[in-house]
Amino acid sequence: MSLLSWYVACIQALLILGLAPLLIGWVRRVRAFLQNRRGAPVFQPYLDLYKLMLKETRVGHTASPLFRAAPYAIFVSTWLAAATVPLIALDLPTAWIADIIALVGLLALGRFFLALAGMDVGTAFGGMGASREMLVSALAEPAMLMAIFTLAMTAHSTNLVSVMESHLADGFILRPSYLFAFFALILVALAECGRIPIDNPTTHLELTMIHEAMLLEYTGHHLALMELAAWIKLLLYGVLLANVFLPWGVGQGLDPLTLGRGLGILILKLAILGVALAVGETVLAKMRLFRVPLFLNLAFLLALLGLLSHVILEVGS
Amino acid sequence: MTLNALTLLQQFLILLAGLSLFVSFILIAQPRLVAAIHSFAWQGVLVSALTLTAAMTNQAPPLYFSAGLTLVLKGLFIPWLLHRLALRLGLEGHSETLRWPELVLLAGVFLVIFSYWLVEPMVERELIFTRNIIAVSLAVVLLGFLMMVFRTQAVAQVLGFMSMENGLFLAAVSATTGMPMVVELGVAFDVLVAAVLFGVFFFQIRESIDSLDVDRLNRLAETPDVEPMLSEEIGE
Repeated sequence: MSLLSWYVACIQALLILGLAPLLIGWVRRVRAFLQNRRGAPVFQPYLDLYKLMLKETRVGHTASPLFRAAPYAIFVSTWLAAATVPLIALDLPTAWIADIIALVGLLALGRFFLALAGMDVGTAFGGMGASREMLVSALAEPAMLMAIFTLAMTAHSTNLVSVMESHLADGFILRPSYLFAFFALILVALAECGRIPIDNPTTHLELTMIHEAMLLEYTGHHLALMELAAWIKLLLYGVLLANVFLPWGVGQGLDPLTLGRGLGILILKLAILGVALAVGETVLAKMRLFRVPLFLNLAFLLALLGLLSHVILEVGS
Repeated sequence: MTLNALTLLQQFLILLAGLSLFVSFILIAQPRLVAAIHSFAWQGVLVSALTLTAAMTNQAPPLYFSAGLTLVLKGLFIPWLLHRLALRLGLEGHSETLRWPELVLLAGVFLVIFSYWLVEPMVERELIFTRNIIAVSLAVVLLGFLMMVFRTQAVAQVLGFMSMENGLFLAAVSATTGMPMVVELGVAFDVLVAAVLFGVFFFQIRESIDSLDVDRLNRLAETPDVEPMLSEEIGE
């Protein structure tokens, strides 16, 4: 672990902050285009963040210190989780610190604080949002872990870098287990990031909110941190889908040319994923809350079939 | 032998087997009848594509014929027949209420594990590379059984029966290089005749019990409101 790799890790962590608003801006832009609206420019999320940072931060008089601390805890845990995913370079010290299970744990930590913050002020909507978030995540997490175990069994390691390295070493192989795990992870990502079949991120109707309901009491830079954390989470799942299942293009060295090419290919992959997400959100309608378990049951079934098809079809005697 | 040792075409064959197993699960869990018929058609197309790929990888020309026959019969004709029947019976918007769908899906997963355990000694003998698929085809057969047990709607039960036949065909293709042509033609026409006969039965069942819910066939009384057991007890 040279000093250079730590520099690259820091650059990559900053890059996550830079790319997350861009991805959400791109998704919103494509969605607006598909719905025959002109839509805000792609860089609008940066301006939104800037605006929120300048605004005065007010806190409800019933709020405890936890309410003030929660945005920082959520932001840091999500950012840390995202920093462990190889973005443009493979062999980074941050990736060796945490494996995929630790990544799931970091995301769960952020979610724990999010639910606490939602309940802290004592408004009805916050508590409702927190309980719904817990329902969704309790069902999504087993599916995600099962999908991850499928990857881990193929690579004989739970470390993301080893998974990607073994995938790169194998070359292009059609694995049914990867296909199932990929689709399971897409469904989990939709549920965890609060995208449309599960939750509508642009809704103004409090009764249907899940994620937004917990942010209702936040203002100013607290809100900016919460929003940014949610965008980073979307980027994290996007990178997970793009880089773990299709690792080609991720730089295996640390020289600027490889890193630049890695960044270019990553942005291309994320742009394609963003278009797919926008198309999905335009085509599908939001589900009733009590259909969400069925949706996540499908994700779990897919992940389980991925695991089984790995054992049955891919491991020979 | 792992996947690395196979050619891309052979990997594609295994992928298709995995997908047809997944479609079996979709069939079980799909409460909408028309959508279930469409998934059955997709399973037929997948099995046909698998047979075609097996024909290409094993250099077995008779399998080309089987692939074509499967595509025409199970991918197009029988789904079309069932779809037309569903329309004529006024079932196009029909959605069955499934009892404990999550438990049934878990039972399906256990059936997959069971069939793997059953087939494993056979797999350990050196056979052609498609031997791994035998477990999947057995699982498709068992899932078809499960669907016939679990669904109460007559058309859905027929779908379970037909998908069971898909599993048997898959087993024939994966364990050997397909059944003899005479057997295959016989089975294909049997299935075709069965599909036509089932259509007649649907009308018969609906005429006699005003519904296609076969659970109601258990009741012996003419009036559907009174339980037969109950009326007997009252009579005594």
